[in-house]
Amino acid sequence: MGTPVFKNRILPYLLLLPSVVLVTVFFLYPAAQSMELSLYRVHRVRNVEIYVGLENFQRLFESTTYLNSLEVTAKFVVATVLFALAISLALAVGASQPIRGFGVYRTLLIWTYALSPAIAGLIWALLTDPAIGFLTDVLARFGIVFNWRRSQGDALIFIVMAAVWKILGYNILFFLAGLKQIPRDVIEAASLDGANSWTRFWKMIFPLLMPMTLFLLIMNTLYASFETFGLIDITTQGGPGRATNVLVYNLYNDGFKSTSGIGLASAQSIILLGIVAALTVFQYKFVSRRTFYQ
Amino acid sequence: MSAITSQSTTLQQQERARSDALRHRLYPVFMHLIMATAVIIVSFPLIYAFILSTQSSHAGTLVPGSAMIENYQEAWRQASMGLLMRNTLIVALAVSLGKIVLAIMGAYALIYFRVRGGMIILGLIMLTHLLPLPVRVVPTYELLTELDWVNTFQGLTIPFFASATGLLLFQQFFRTVPTDLADAARVDGAGPFRFLVSMLVPISRTNIGALFLIEFVYMWNQYLWPLLVANSDQTRQIQIGIKLLVATDAVIQWGTVMAGALMAIIPPLIVLLVLQRSLMTGMTASTDDV
Repeated sequence: MGTPVFKNRILPYLLLLPSVVLVTVFFLYPAAQSMELSLYRVHRVRNVEIYVGLENFQRLFESTTYLNSLEVTAKFVVATVLFALAISLALAVGASQPIRGFGVYRTLLIWTYALSPAIAGLIWALLTDPAIGFLTDVLARFGIVFNWRRSQGDALIFIVMAAVWKILGYNILFFLAGLKQIPRDVIEAASLDGANSWTRFWKMIFPLLMPMTLFLLIMNTLYASFETFGLIDITTQGGPGRATNVLVYNLYNDGFKSTSGIGLASAQSIILLGIVAALTVFQYKFVSRRTFYQ
Repeated sequence: MSAITSQSTTLQQQERARSDALRHRLYPVFMHLIMATAVIIVSFPLIYAFILSTQSSHAGTLVPGSAMIENYQEAWRQASMGLLMRNTLIVALAVSLGKIVLAIMGAYALIYFRVRGGMIILGLIMLTHLLPLPVRVVPTYELLTELDWVNTFQGLTIPFFASATGLLLFQQFFRTVPTDLADAARVDGAGPFRFLVSMLVPISRTNIGALFLIEFVYMWNQYLWPLLVANSDQTRQIQIGIKLLVATDAVIQWGTVMAGALMAIIPPLIVLLVLQRSLMTGMTASTDDV
């Protein structure tokens, strides 16, 4: 903290007050209620609340639906994050080459940042439509039948593709910002032109991009876990079967589509809180030490 | 004999130099080809969506049709696109501006004043990072019902106003501002308010631009919260409007749906194009958070 400049006893607290009130009312209080409700069996219509201890958690971990949801989410998040990071790193490194005219690519590669997950889902639903999808056609030419409305495997692949596509722009934007910080002579020495360029990239450039990669790893994990609800709701709605029933979608169904699922949904919220907390600890341990991005 | 050998070595060297030169000249061309292909592949889904939005009967062809105007008019009318745009613009602008103002206020207090318990207050605000909407969605929804804020703009905006991201962003930036600046202002008789408004805010414009871009796009693309709390025509948000457009008919009218979806992309795209430079420079200073 720098040295305080202004002496005023009340003003700083007045400036902070709105933020503190909002955080308390809309974040801390509901989160505390989530914790409390997770210990109750709640029936919305009959207006009954019974304390049941950890029964909700026990029910979740005995429910095949919830265990399946955990598995689906794990697969979805890991695949989305890995593909999103790999593809965007390759594209950003390509677009950052010091070649005349490459500024155009830098602009044309970041626009998917403006897309919503829901619209990204719709566009991929069009591309893979059984009747008029371009991708369906291309795949059919190779003898591959792709139908995410019928096949559970295809459905998971489908939401991964749409989710990866949407986040590319964001990742490329940040990778480009990271690459911009790298001294020019290092970039030139490690130019992709010439022998051993592959080795030189991984030895010289990638270590300098490591903090940015870890940052994006966290952000993409949070995105895939929490921000893809719209993508799934507008396309697969968790199906076919429960193939794309990710944790947030399952929580939404229990919390808002069933009359007796509030306790259960709250317990799911607490499990999600545990996941975010673990990610945050990871972030503070490894990511916030940013050597190259000050 | 030795003369001949040395001559052939120079020839070899010359040849190698020439092939190197050729490689160097071809390398940019080669890279341009690769990157242009990459851009086309990444943009193809959008291009295809646009082509479909111009066709009246869909055969999965890549030839633009002649029904562009009808499709866009139909989508505009069917989804009440004008109203959706207005509603979403109100929410996205209110939240972006509200977050910027609150974040500047908070960061200003923490950096330029002595605040007892400042670290605790900061920690409290940072806790929002641990609590994305799904972690507290059921109680927050019930709170909104109790406040009678369902189907209101307050309900769509005020729960989003607190911003740990913005607070961090401005805190980090204010630390880099030389203390002399504030001292000089104080010597000149400027109070804390005048210093903030006439000195600090103008030099923060890159960070303001960066935060505005992030929050505007984030709010424009909100889905779960508006799905729960905004179901009246007067408050419905654009992503939910698009969802209704899909669900209207038993068979998806792709031309209309894509026309609607593409119109919904335009406002955040404009904001991105205008402010992307701010984000690039404003964010490299603080990649802690988004």
